[in-house]
Amino acid sequence: MFLLPNIVMIAVFTLLPLIFAFVISFQNLDSLGGWSWVGFGNYVKLVTDPVFWQSMTNTGIFTLFTVPVGMILGLGIAVLLNGVLPGRTLFRSIIFLPLVVSGVATGVLGAWMFDQSNGFINRILGSVGIAPTAWQSDGFWAMASIILVTLWQRVGFDMLIYLAGLQGVDPSVQEAATVDGATGWQRFRLVTFPLLGPSTFFLLIMNMIYSFQVFDTVWAMTRGGPGFSTTTVVSYAYRTSFDEHGPQLLGYGAAVGVAIYLISLAITAIQWRFSSSRDQTD
Amino acid sequence: MSLTSAFEVSSIEATKSMEVTAVTGPRRKSHGKFLGLRLAAAITISLVMFFPLYWMITTAFSTRADLYAPGLHLWPEHFTLSNFIDPIVRFPVWKWFQNSLAIATLTTIITVICNLLAGYAFAKLKFRGKNPLFLVLLSTMMIPAQAIMVPQFKLAIALGLYGNIWSVILPESAVIFGVFLARQFFIAIPDELLEAARVDGAGHLRTFVSVVLPLCKPLLAVLTLLTFMGEWNAFGWPLVALSGDPALFTLPIGIVGDLQGQYTSNYGRIMAISLLMTLPVVILFITFQKYFVEGLARSGIK
Repeated sequence: MFLLPNIVMIAVFTLLPLIFAFVISFQNLDSLGGWSWVGFGNYVKLVTDPVFWQSMTNTGIFTLFTVPVGMILGLGIAVLLNGVLPGRTLFRSIIFLPLVVSGVATGVLGAWMFDQSNGFINRILGSVGIAPTAWQSDGFWAMASIILVTLWQRVGFDMLIYLAGLQGVDPSVQEAATVDGATGWQRFRLVTFPLLGPSTFFLLIMNMIYSFQVFDTVWAMTRGGPGFSTTTVVSYAYRTSFDEHGPQLLGYGAAVGVAIYLISLAITAIQWRFSSSRDQTD
Repeated sequence: MSLTSAFEVSSIEATKSMEVTAVTGPRRKSHGKFLGLRLAAAITISLVMFFPLYWMITTAFSTRADLYAPGLHLWPEHFTLSNFIDPIVRFPVWKWFQNSLAIATLTTIITVICNLLAGYAFAKLKFRGKNPLFLVLLSTMMIPAQAIMVPQFKLAIALGLYGNIWSVILPESAVIFGVFLARQFFIAIPDELLEAARVDGAGHLRTFVSVVLPLCKPLLAVLTLLTFMGEWNAFGWPLVALSGDPALFTLPIGIVGDLQGQYTSNYGRIMAISLLMTLPVVILFITFQKYFVEGLARSGIK
């Protein structure tokens, strides 16, 4: 009885749609509601769709740069703010703040700061004599700009998880290493960092899932452009299924959605495999 | 959905780390020689991190002429409120604000009630199939919102929800994260307390309302804040569900759907409304940061 409300909600609005996602992905469903079975037609279209593969590559590049760089920065800041430092609570709050700002606000702020002709970034680069960078018209730099904005938004998360991990590191282990003559860097590399393993693992999974599913910041900032150069897989799923005017190719969009689900499933499976093998070695 | 849950986890970890600091206090006194250097680094990083938010504020109060004139203008040289007034006059910004507030509030109420009840059941009640059920619910956490948006859209139409704010509220309330938080909290409540109530003749529901609920104010506060902030910022599903009717827009949808198209070369306007949207969550965060920490710290002791 206590469970009923939550289970009904999840069953109706999550599990049922998941089943129908598979069903619709085998249909040709247009915006007016007309439909027919197309078998694997949508999936054949998917694997031969260059834009789908481009969006997969974009998501891969985005993940490859946002996840490790964000974690390294977060770890550095956590180490810096873990020691005795006046005002460190204030520093932590400031670094955490971007995380409570919505993806849309972050995205439009990013679009303005990276505005090619009037944005702050090109203005300040210009003031030290660097020619304006084509953040909006060049695909490479557009990708760089969404990566930078995402790092700004996410680094507080990495910092906080690492801070929590650092609190769990027993200071006496550090002292023992110091007595044994380890330098600061050696102490960090050989003692502290291995002890942060669970934090690193947790962050890797959370950040990979986040980067893989990123939508609101990127959509508000670039709409996936120029061309498809910053279109991620989930933006592509949205773009094929809907646009500002309403539903588009729903069957094909559902197939993209199923592909996204299966990839998420694979990431989770790898996570489970790793975490169970880690539990055994511990 | 993933963004919300990531944010929720992060906030909890945040309070954890801040809480532990409060207990541990200053730990090492060595490295004092680097103090100046480390302080300088911390200040530099904080300035870089805060600057974009400062830029949003500055832009919101600057005239278009200043923003689009060559050179760097680091503060509003000609202070103006027109960036707020113009979009509020030309677009139903107040209506968007009301929609955001209504959707976030109702979603929070439904989510918190469902999650509290389910968390209690998983922590304290015995029934068949408890663990498999828990695993099934757990697995729904990693379903990406975009994987199921097409069927969710068809479902909203079939249920007659499409065209009103319930098309957002109900699917957004179908979340599981709070169940884990609640379960963790309830496990810490001693069984003897519940048994005492039952000996006195109280049923499950009575026990829950009169014994358990009064104990879980900190949990309620945390769940309510996290859910509300997540829903206030929600974008992916509302974009699909609400785009058909401008009267239903929330602030994020209004900004992306209307303002961005209208003010492509007048960013002061967009920054002003973004600031209006951001301010409530920042105030909530700053106000309740300490309460968060205390609430979780106390719940840990019990």
